[in-house]
Amino acid sequence: MSGKKDDFEGYRTPTRDLLERLTAPVWSQVTLHTSRGDFSGLILPRSETADADHVVLKLATGYNIGIRHDTVTAIEVHGRKEAHYQIPEKAFPVDPKKPRVKLFGTGGTIASRLDYRTGAVIPAFSPGELYGSVPELADICNMETEKLYGVFSENMGPDQWIGTAEAIAAEIKMGVAGIVVGHGTDTMHHTAAALSFMLQDSPVPIVMVGSQRSSDRPSSDAAINLINATRTAATSDMAEVMVCMFGPTSDRYGLLHRGTRVRKMHSSYRSTFRTLSDIPLGKIDGTGVTPFRDDYHRRRDDGDVKLNAVFDDRVSLVYYYPAMKPDIIDSLVENGYKGIVIAGTGLGHVNKPLYPALDRAREAGVHVYMTVQTMWGYVQMYVYETGREIMGKGVVPAANMLPEVAYVKLGWALGQSHDPDEVKRIMLTPVNGETTDREPHNGYLLFQGGIPEVDEFISSHWK
Amino acid sequence: MDNSYLISDSWLQQPLPLLGQLAPSDYADLGFMCGLEVHQQLLTTRKLFCRCPSGLYSTDHHAEVLRHMRPTLSEMGEYDGTALMEFKTRKEIIYLLNNATVCTYEMDDAPPFEIDDLALDRAVAITMMLGCNVVGEIHITRKQYLDGSIPTGFQRTAITGTDGDVPFGDRQVHIRQVSIEEDSCREVSDEGHVRTYRTDRLGMPLIETVTDPDMKTPWEAMEVGQILRRLARASGLVRTGAGAARQDVNVSVTGGTRIEIKGVPSLRMIPRLTHNEALRQRTLVGIRGELIRRGITADDVQDQGHDVTPIVRGTDCRFIRRAVDKGATVMAVPLPGFQGLLEVQTQPRTSFLKEFSDRIRVIACIDELPNLALSTQDVPTLSSREWERVAKVCDVGPDVPILVVWGAQKDVLTAVGEVAIRAREATAGIPNETRQALEDGTTGFERVLPGADRMYPDTDLPPIALADARVDALRADLPSTPWERTARARELGVGEDLAERLGRHRAWDLFDHLSGRLDAGRFTAHRLASLLLDRSCPRPASLRAAGPWWETVVDALAAGEILPAAVWSGEEDPARPLAEAESREIYAAADRDGLPTDRALAEHVLMGRIMPQLRGRADGAAVRTWVKEELA
Repeated sequence: MSGKKDDFEGYRTPTRDLLERLTAPVWSQVTLHTSRGDFSGLILPRSETADADHVVLKLATGYNIGIRHDTVTAIEVHGRKEAHYQIPEKAFPVDPKKPRVKLFGTGGTIASRLDYRTGAVIPAFSPGELYGSVPELADICNMETEKLYGVFSENMGPDQWIGTAEAIAAEIKMGVAGIVVGHGTDTMHHTAAALSFMLQDSPVPIVMVGSQRSSDRPSSDAAINLINATRTAATSDMAEVMVCMFGPTSDRYGLLHRGTRVRKMHSSYRSTFRTLSDIPLGKIDGTGVTPFRDDYHRRRDDGDVKLNAVFDDRVSLVYYYPAMKPDIIDSLVENGYKGIVIAGTGLGHVNKPLYPALDRAREAGVHVYMTVQTMWGYVQMYVYETGREIMGKGVVPAANMLPEVAYVKLGWALGQSHDPDEVKRIMLTPVNGETTDREPHNGYLLFQGGIPEVDEFISSHWK
Repeated sequence: MDNSYLISDSWLQQPLPLLGQLAPSDYADLGFMCGLEVHQQLLTTRKLFCRCPSGLYSTDHHAEVLRHMRPTLSEMGEYDGTALMEFKTRKEIIYLLNNATVCTYEMDDAPPFEIDDLALDRAVAITMMLGCNVVGEIHITRKQYLDGSIPTGFQRTAITGTDGDVPFGDRQVHIRQVSIEEDSCREVSDEGHVRTYRTDRLGMPLIETVTDPDMKTPWEAMEVGQILRRLARASGLVRTGAGAARQDVNVSVTGGTRIEIKGVPSLRMIPRLTHNEALRQRTLVGIRGELIRRGITADDVQDQGHDVTPIVRGTDCRFIRRAVDKGATVMAVPLPGFQGLLEVQTQPRTSFLKEFSDRIRVIACIDELPNLALSTQDVPTLSSREWERVAKVCDVGPDVPILVVWGAQKDVLTAVGEVAIRAREATAGIPNETRQALEDGTTGFERVLPGADRMYPDTDLPPIALADARVDALRADLPSTPWERTARARELGVGEDLAERLGRHRAWDLFDHLSGRLDAGRFTAHRLASLLLDRSCPRPASLRAAGPWWETVVDALAAGEILPAAVWSGEEDPARPLAEAESREIYAAADRDGLPTDRALAEHVLMGRIMPQLRGRADGAAVRTWVKEELA
């Protein structure tokens, strides 16, 4: 598309024909005479995902309305009033006494703004803008920002994981005090796992952060999450890849989750991230970080980080369901996939009809790993005969690795080797908690609403 | 005192006129203009954007959520004034959640569901009843509210129509727009830095009707409010009862600005509130005039406060001492040029000083009253010696008014800033703000008026086309308006007053239904209306509750089989008339002892003795003829 400005932005036939015929481009101040009466306002651009049948008017009161094209009998144009939307940027203040934090932007809700013309949420990002809306950041650190990508969560993938890991490694080598990565929340745990494997033994905190309510809303969690993540990156002793998001849904504190054990557990709650089969590293609020455990990697000042940014994307994650047919596995094998992670039922099972397909996968050299779709707990394939049979087909149990983490790790392992033993060694040697030796009793706590004592607890604490 | 500080505007010196003392021409001289925003809950089973029940209120809760509201940059890259004010207050907002009335949507932990179609249909129907042009497409808009009354920080609202008219006496009141929106939380408490809301009402569908400022007197404002209320009720599409209808009232006078009085709970309060608000604005215009005459501009007002805590430690002024003992910081702000103005009455029992006190209470959250003291005030505060020392610290002469405020240090600094802001606003006239309706008919500061910049398109929901088929179907089935009903009743021969009452009465549907059963006989539409509006009928005047019973009764009335008076007898089945011979017998048997000698009086007494036995069973006019003949 040419850079020429479209006078009828977003409008398509037949509404566009009407506006062209009556010479009423966007930003015209108009009165529309229609079969439903007269309407006065400013013609706004039309969202491209909306239908082709309506003109959008902004009324003097600030409300928008739509008018169907075939009800319009005449248009009076009174003038033109183009709005220029801009967000002021204020230079981020520098204080030599404060630690230097680098914020990488990948997109997502944390760095999103409304496109006021179309109403769409678009990723946008700059330090000046951040300072303009979250000035508290300047009390914590000297912040530099770099926009790596401007994509929503679902468009993050291996290329972006590698690019992000490389950018972080370069920054750490230059002596930054901490890293914050702004990220969409949907796949934040995939990226957190990827960074955990690709960036090992980091001397500084690498904190991933996002928001569940976009920053254009007064109730947004973006500012608090960003402040918490930045404080963690700048001052915390925890030198690991972490996810920093709301603990409760109330504005109280953030939780710091290890990048390999965290998962988004609710489609919309603020407190959506949870550490599974373990407890979080700690919490963070205005007073600083409170560790919940002692086995975290400590901050160092050597600037050394092991970068191993590789990925073979011929890997798939298969969520098993009872009537699954073998052709699901066969089609992956036939399409050249080299690794399959199965999220099996219970302790790690699939049905018998899949067995021949698993044999064929092994014959084709495909690496198959078993995880559990229950999310919590370990794969244990010796307990039932089924499990033993499946292992006999070469399927490797992946302990208590979360299915998504196993998917990321298998891609990363296959990026290094295709030798089954070496891949197995990589997969089963924990990098940073993706498999653990023991599951603490409080690593699984799903309170069940309705139970009197649970409801009593809930009613006596801010949710 | 320096003569230049004498007040010359006579308005500021005279007692304020009471409600009832001003004629319409006086209001015209003031430039009184008033408009209404009437909110009425729509009658639906569900909330507007989720599937929680509507109309269900709770008194207890099962969980609490704590949140804060942060201002967001507006689309023009500026913070809205209200947004900054709410941010300055540093409020913690607590939401009380009841399992039966809220889900994750109200908590702002889930996106909206699609709009409730029944609510939208009902809103569009009322929009048409108000004579508005119905839009082709509904665009859900976010209207920002930073006070926490809506957990998202914005209200979802959408225009359904614009430019309607409703008849008001011999003229029309213009309806600017009608919108459908979600209701807000109910405030439980607001103390210090904590505000608590109950969430049960949150999300219930409302319709908002906005009029132009066409009302020229306080009473007109109330009457138009009544007309809109009756229209909504006549539609049968809204909720009724306590809290189901609320209105915001906008008032301005010449030289003033549009002030919104929020949440007026009763229409009867409108005359007093708007009268008092007009006086307040006129007074503030006068104060501005005085300040200009004195050469005081916004630049003359200083932001600086002076810490006078050491001076007042040990004061005999009890409320200041109590605060200082609890660790409060006390600061003084001199207001040179404001001599004699802070004491001027702005509303009954209220002086200009209260505008400062209100700001400190609301924005600095110093809400234990009194929250300020004025050096020139005629009430005991600090001793004169203490005031002298305060004046010295402030480096001003003894005649300069000094405000003293106290509280937690952070709050006092906010308070000092607010004093300066309010004083500067006085040089410009009337600050843009929303005011709350107080029970005594005065208004108090609520918050800075939000700008038009607080409207944003809602990104969570697509526009909804209102196709012709849908609008036409609603129009075909549209309830009639009270004025249409009155006109129809008059066409049918109902007298003027009765038609007026019937038009806004809930018996209308029944009248409309039964009037079709009347023939041109003796039982007329007028008599039917009169019967239905009579409260002593044994069955309610409601088509739904007692339609068949009324049909039988009206058929019998029209056929002359029963008399109207029989319906009032209180009997389930109205009595049949007696044969004349039987009536005559009862008539003859009546007691005639001790009848007065005055004939007219005697007729009256005798009728009184006979009719209780014959009412509904014999025609009263016939019995009267017999009495007259007998006593002639």
